[in-house]
Amino acid sequence: MSVVTEVSADGHKLTISIKGRFDFAKHQEFRESYELLDKKPHSIVVDLKDSNYLDSSALGMLLLLRDHAGGDDSDVRLINSSSDVRKILAISNFDKLFDIA
Amino acid sequence: MNTPTLLSEVLTVLIAEDSAADRMLLSSIVRRQGHQVLTAANGAEAVAVFRQQAPHLVLMDAMMPVMDGFEAARQIKALAGETLVPIIFLTSLTESEGLARCLDAGGDDFLAKPYNPVILAAKIKAMDRLRRLQATVLEQRDLIARHHDYLLNEQRVAKAVFDKVAHSGCLSAPNIRYLQSPYALFNGDLLLAAFTPAGDMHVLLGDFTGHGLPAAVGAMPLAEVFYGMTAKGYGLSETLREMNAKLKRILPVDMFCCATLISLSFQRRSVEVWNGGMPDGYLHDIATGERKPLTARHLPLGVLSPQAFDDRTEVFPMALGDRVFLLSDGVIDTSDANEQLFGVERLQQVFAANQDPQHLFEDIEQALRDFRGEARDDVSMVEISLLEARQLTPPALVYSDSGQSCPLDWSASFEYRAATLKRSNPLPYLLQLLLEVHGLRAQSGALYSVLAELYSNALEHGVLGLDSSLKRDALGFARYYQQRNERLEQLQDGYVRVQLQVTPLGQGGRLVIQVEDSGAGFDVQRVMARPIDEGRLSGRGVGLVRQLSRSAQWSDDGRSARVEFSWEALA
Repeated sequence: MSVVTEVSADGHKLTISIKGRFDFAKHQEFRESYELLDKKPHSIVVDLKDSNYLDSSALGMLLLLRDHAGGDDSDVRLINSSSDVRKILAISNFDKLFDIA
Repeated sequence: MNTPTLLSEVLTVLIAEDSAADRMLLSSIVRRQGHQVLTAANGAEAVAVFRQQAPHLVLMDAMMPVMDGFEAARQIKALAGETLVPIIFLTSLTESEGLARCLDAGGDDFLAKPYNPVILAAKIKAMDRLRRLQATVLEQRDLIARHHDYLLNEQRVAKAVFDKVAHSGCLSAPNIRYLQSPYALFNGDLLLAAFTPAGDMHVLLGDFTGHGLPAAVGAMPLAEVFYGMTAKGYGLSETLREMNAKLKRILPVDMFCCATLISLSFQRRSVEVWNGGMPDGYLHDIATGERKPLTARHLPLGVLSPQAFDDRTEVFPMALGDRVFLLSDGVIDTSDANEQLFGVERLQQVFAANQDPQHLFEDIEQALRDFRGEARDDVSMVEISLLEARQLTPPALVYSDSGQSCPLDWSASFEYRAATLKRSNPLPYLLQLLLEVHGLRAQSGALYSVLAELYSNALEHGVLGLDSSLKRDALGFARYYQQRNERLEQLQDGYVRVQLQVTPLGQGGRLVIQVEDSGAGFDVQRVMARPIDEGRLSGRGVGLVRQLSRSAQWSDDGRSARVEFSWEALA
């Protein structure tokens, strides 16, 4: 599995971990990781610890996730981004939409 | 597609056997299994029957007169082409060489004499399964091939449209050089360039998420807004807001367009930049060799709602010969065999090593090839130089009306107050109004430049009280535009009034433009005493107005400007 999902015991927090390149090939898995949940989580964390590259379709997938989670009212955090990933996120100014750590 | 009910389908089985007794025996076994039987007494007959009735399966005796089973099998297989017609050899041969010959000739299986009805039934069933599998594979292959052709054709059409839309405008102007990898044409990279009515140049380098059709779909409205609004004289902010709103409205959530939009003013010698999600562009100062990064300060187009969209731009001074260099992420995201990215540092090394600015693209391409071993297919680069305005010839505007109903004696006045000054640009509307007058069309460039100068003087120096001497050096230049944005943001009151007066004059006519502002005015005597073109960064506006119009006067301590244009009889 290259997209691993973990939901906290109370169901409030969803953690999605991406392994390897974050690109269009992960599209299906990534969407299923949050669309198939019974209960909508309050906050979502995308863990990029094991991902060292993301392309523009990954950025699009993050926008879809944000939209699904409530758009401007959503709480989506991107954590453990490598320096390369952070550069890509910075160029796109995605820090204006997501909490990036 | 086959369904399970078809599994018990009746087959037509051809039995080729020279012994009449064996033929009858086999026929009755096969008929009892529910199939239809055709018979032949030798190979030649078998081929003839196959030709006429195309049976599903053949039971073939190896040794027959006239034509043996091996030759008949070869001919039947050739006739059947891609369709699998299983051939089961009937043979009393037992040595492996003979059996191998059966298979070599195209046989799919063999059945030893004497015949065992149970085995024969099982073999016919097994061969039928194979036959169906082959038929399904062929059917699906053809379906995929049809879809593929269809898709290729759609892509071809989309590419043709995309190419027309995405690489058009004034890209052939002498101050633009651009490069797109030959395969990049349909990769979502978009390069647009057009002149404004004032002779400024707008250039957009964009990169859609996704390739192929989705990119083409987004490119069209984007290009339409770009060309339409640029030609009407709208500035970057208005154009950007419109492009963003349009893309936000039509694109799915996960699609957007990274873009850098610049406006190069040859008269003011400056460049205005908005970068949303593209890699750093560079402003190359030829005199010092310095390359100032033009960094992405915004989210890409099509992500934010119109309310949240940020259209703030940055303005930098330029000298003659200075260049703006923009590139797509294909350059810095090129990765080598170890997934290392080419990156900005390597790009800067290429800049540093570059001897001849004319060969910069080639140097970068070479560096990418050296790094990766092969060139990536989505590399776009464009370089725009600042030339003397007269070295460029913006295309003449094309008008479709005859001029018979052109208005010749009218006046109109407008007052733009704070809320309007903050958000909108009245110039395109004013220009459109004035270009109803045919006599003015030949001077539309000068007319727009003068209007734009008078308006921005009234707004910036008058209403906003900005000091033009700030623009003396590059640092002050940046501060000037920063202050402009801040003060505009906070503007509560103030106005700019524009009065237009068109009167007939002999066979031609005259236009008087008067622009007034609510500001503190300026020392007209002192400004007018300056020589017209000092090649300086500040105060260029007043000089430009004096150069371009028939007469220009300032009154009311500089708060009111009056400019005249006139024209002769039309040919």
